[in-house]
Amino acid sequence: MTSPSSAGPASGAAKSAGGIDWLFLVAVLAIAAALARVIYYTPFEAVQGPAQKIFYLHLPAALDAFMAFGVVAISGIAYLWLGDLRLDRAAESSAEVGVVFTTVVLVTGPLWARPVWGTWWTWDARLTLTLFLWFIYVGYLVLRGAIDDRALRARYSAILGILGSLLIPFIHLSVYLFRTLHPRPIVIKPSAPSLPPEMLTTLVISFVAFTLFYLALVRQRYRLATERDLLELEEGR
Amino acid sequence: MAPSTLSAAFLIARKDLAIEFRTRTAFFSAAVFALLGIVIFYFAWDPTAVASIDLAPGVLWAIFTFSGLLGLQRSFGIEQADRAIDALLGAPITRESIYLGKAMANLVFVAAVQVIAIPAVQLFYGVPLLENAALLALIALLAAIGLVAVGTLFSAMAVNTKLAEMLLPVLSLLFFVPVVIPAAQATARLIAGRPGSEIVGWLKLLVAFDIVFVAACTLAFPFTIEE
Repeated sequence: MTSPSSAGPASGAAKSAGGIDWLFLVAVLAIAAALARVIYYTPFEAVQGPAQKIFYLHLPAALDAFMAFGVVAISGIAYLWLGDLRLDRAAESSAEVGVVFTTVVLVTGPLWARPVWGTWWTWDARLTLTLFLWFIYVGYLVLRGAIDDRALRARYSAILGILGSLLIPFIHLSVYLFRTLHPRPIVIKPSAPSLPPEMLTTLVISFVAFTLFYLALVRQRYRLATERDLLELEEGR
Repeated sequence: MAPSTLSAAFLIARKDLAIEFRTRTAFFSAAVFALLGIVIFYFAWDPTAVASIDLAPGVLWAIFTFSGLLGLQRSFGIEQADRAIDALLGAPITRESIYLGKAMANLVFVAAVQVIAIPAVQLFYGVPLLENAALLALIALLAAIGLVAVGTLFSAMAVNTKLAEMLLPVLSLLFFVPVVIPAAQATARLIAGRPGSEIVGWLKLLVAFDIVFVAACTLAFPFTIEE
């Protein structure tokens, strides 16, 4: 049940040994195309000016980060149920890429907030939630690194992945209540404007590009995990 | 005949509390730690700039989580010596009863530290905590259940990792956020003499957290045990 060979890793390992990762190539090209559209073919926002363009990176990265952590939780549940190590590798890969995407969100956010809000950081509910999300999944990776036994690592990570996803609504609620009950002089966050069509198109293109990039990274990371498990199995013999 | 889950849980809780009562090492260190924390916090701020009524709830609940961690660390740590955990696992009881028993013992431990810490905050910070003792006890109980539910599970996990004691705070503190925020906010309103309607929302949040995480952690616990 816990043997990595159940994953049929031989074929995956052989494929990744050489040649071009087409999905990765397509994803990089898609990102380049999306950035070109963002920079040259999308109009400036009237009030925020060029700073607003970071939005086309920020929001797709955030959406894909949420998706990544959804994958971690669902793979966790499925792993505890089925005990298939492929699911744990998927969770591991998705969590790592999710942390990268969340880091992108946490970097691009302040870059935008500085000119528009006038501050790098504010304890707004959504910012706080993103920060805690980052902490949860960095903790998840710390836990993975602290366990040698393969099956135990998979089980513990699955538990933390599931509990982490249960925690998110509670953190959201408590920081949201905190803010609304305790209003402070903060720069008001603009309510989501209905985007003009050219901006919306750019956003959708960018989101598709980021999602492709997410899939390409997870696939690469998954292959690495498969080969590592295979190697550990051989060394164990 | 194998005892039921709940009665087995009581037996395990009694065993852990008997060990603690006879040695009293963990309790005393946690209590002294809490008192020290309360005193140090007092000197870390400027009393002319921050009113103690604003500071006390935060200090109380921050200290509560840190001293709670001390007790939680021992919870499964004491089973490591002589592989006592194997005897527990070999006993004809359900895995859930081990978790519930450990959690009950931890709850008593955390509550006992609170019984010392809360009057200490009242004394040192001069805030009217005990005037609404019943409500405060309710907040403390709800917060303690949430803290212990998650902390007991992570304690069981942390002892089996390479990082051991390091990992418990890293994992637990995040999960204590939705416990500390409502508890501190509710306490702040309580001592400020705000109407009860302002506290109800925070209490509901604590109750919801307790229900979700007691259920989730009880279900998850059997997976943390090595077969």
